[in-house]
Amino acid sequence: MSNSTPDLSCSNLVKDFTDFRAVDGISFDVPKGSFFSILGPSGCGKTTLLRMIAGFQSPTSGDLRIKDTSMIGVPPNKRPVSMVFQHLALFPTMNIGDNVGFGLRQRGVGKKEIGKRVDEALERVGLPGVSKRRVDQLSGGQKQRVAIARCMVLEPDVLLLDEPLGALDLKLREHMKVELKALQAAFDTTFVYITHDQSEALVMSDNIAVMNHGRFEQIGTPHEVYHAPQTAFVAGFVGEANKLTAKVTATNGAMLSLVTEAGSEVQVSALSAGLAVGEKAQIFLRPEAIDLLPLGSEQAAGSNATEAVVETVLFNGANSTVSLRDTAGGVISAALPQTGALANLKKGDRLMTSWSAEQARCYAAGEV
Amino acid sequence: MSSDASRLGFYLLLAPIMLWLVLLIILPHVGLFIVSISEKVGPREYEYGLGNYAAFFGEPLYWRTFARTAIMSILATALTLILGFPIAYYIAKLTKGRTKTTLFLMCMIPFWVSELVRTFGWMILLRETGVFSNLLQSLGLASGGVEMLYNDAAIMVGLVYTSILFMVVPLVTTLDSLDDSLIEAGYDLGANSSAIMREIVIPHAMPGIVSGCIVVFMLSLGNYLTPILLGGKDSLWFTGMIYTQFITRFNWELGAAFGFLLLGLSSLVVFVGLKLSGQSLSETMGRS
Repeated sequence: MSNSTPDLSCSNLVKDFTDFRAVDGISFDVPKGSFFSILGPSGCGKTTLLRMIAGFQSPTSGDLRIKDTSMIGVPPNKRPVSMVFQHLALFPTMNIGDNVGFGLRQRGVGKKEIGKRVDEALERVGLPGVSKRRVDQLSGGQKQRVAIARCMVLEPDVLLLDEPLGALDLKLREHMKVELKALQAAFDTTFVYITHDQSEALVMSDNIAVMNHGRFEQIGTPHEVYHAPQTAFVAGFVGEANKLTAKVTATNGAMLSLVTEAGSEVQVSALSAGLAVGEKAQIFLRPEAIDLLPLGSEQAAGSNATEAVVETVLFNGANSTVSLRDTAGGVISAALPQTGALANLKKGDRLMTSWSAEQARCYAAGEV
Repeated sequence: MSSDASRLGFYLLLAPIMLWLVLLIILPHVGLFIVSISEKVGPREYEYGLGNYAAFFGEPLYWRTFARTAIMSILATALTLILGFPIAYYIAKLTKGRTKTTLFLMCMIPFWVSELVRTFGWMILLRETGVFSNLLQSLGLASGGVEMLYNDAAIMVGLVYTSILFMVVPLVTTLDSLDDSLIEAGYDLGANSSAIMREIVIPHAMPGIVSGCIVVFMLSLGNYLTPILLGGKDSLWFTGMIYTQFITRFNWELGAAFGFLLLGLSSLVVFVGLKLSGQSLSETMGRS
């Protein structure tokens, strides 16, 4: 991968608006044929970044290269990128065929050739024979696919997607995630996808960049971003996590001993946090990393074991969680597997919680 | 009981518009139509016939004025559209917030003044001893007074000026409803500005264009004041001819026939316009 030139490459990209900096020195490469997501909360600058790639906004400084050609000063209609808009922006005055053929018409492709390629593109997104229909005769998911076909028929080097699933209902969104991933594999085109929905990013992407305040906090595979977040922001933003504020009381190599605000003692393995005794720290602990065991269980003798009382059970099928108050008074939430004895857990039940020192992530406080 | 009450409310609310339609539109037209098919055969003696309509087609001055009025009105409508579209596009798409409101208001403000006063304004500018004439003389571009009134160009200027607001308002409304992302999508897919105008903006604005054109055409065709004041005695506007028949010649029968011919003409032109642009009247009027 590293030998071939990346499809899209940004170096030190900056965008200033009159009173704030929306994009602050971003550099990244997107390898050919990969699915790259930019994940961040609203207002983090991800839309500005995407619009700069598409050409609707010009960067204040920095370089943006597509297939090793600089795109600075190139207008959007001359760039080899296409964009799927948030609300799709299908032309309501044209039928589906004319929508998909729009880009080809602008290039002056012959009428017969356009018809052939439009039919091909519609067939590839699984909608053969709809070209005579009006836009408002299609369902949300079908429109989505038409919008992708309209871009893909131009064979762009990079396809940009601006939260296109945001307007769909939950069921359809789940379905389209899988479908988008499959389409990307079928077209073998580079996708750059922006979203604030971490599950979309985790499911579809080859690589995720987590963005906050105009900067990339971390770029990595979904697995890395979820299991090895580099900053407190990433740990808190991607996936669910219990956030504990604590003070370091002792260090022993990579092993830290801390006391939480509630007063319970915990052990955390943190290789790179660089924390010294007496410093404040933030601990992020995934709900599924917490083991729930019956009282007096032998296994619970391990690290970070404590007794706790069930406060509330939040039943949500396979994603059910339970909120527990430990003896020191701190509250954490833990994943509640719907199998075995724990399925019937009720408010007021007592049990043991335990988690291993390697499962938690620890960062110096004040990073967020 | 409650349905009776709501029905009564419905009829009460409907009453003003029904009174307006029946008393001021339908009854006068029925009366006029009866007058228009009456022929005078002797003092206070009338019989029914199409003689008045025959008189219209028999006299070249009548039907030529009629055709001239129609053609000039269509031309005025086209000019208004050509002038109004960029103004509306600028207001709707290229400005935001306060600037937009201010510009829109500035388009409206002249229309707070009566049409008569505005037309006199044009006369002050265009007449032989008027502002433009004096300006040209003081610049040495003309040796004597220049008369710019009392020709077709002056009528055209007046008609466009009088009716441009009625073009701009529906256009701003429809262009406002055009999502900016559609224009961006057009650029993104490789279109240039003229292709975007042709394929995205104008098709979207079509209902506004058609309803603006209908209103402007009707206003121009039925305008009496502007052609008479700016065009003078030779303006030859069909409404002027109707006025002459009713008031000067006291020939109500012919005047009524002229009125019906004008009604037929405007209906025909609007029908043809809708057919040519592929719009329907309910869609055009309902959306703007």
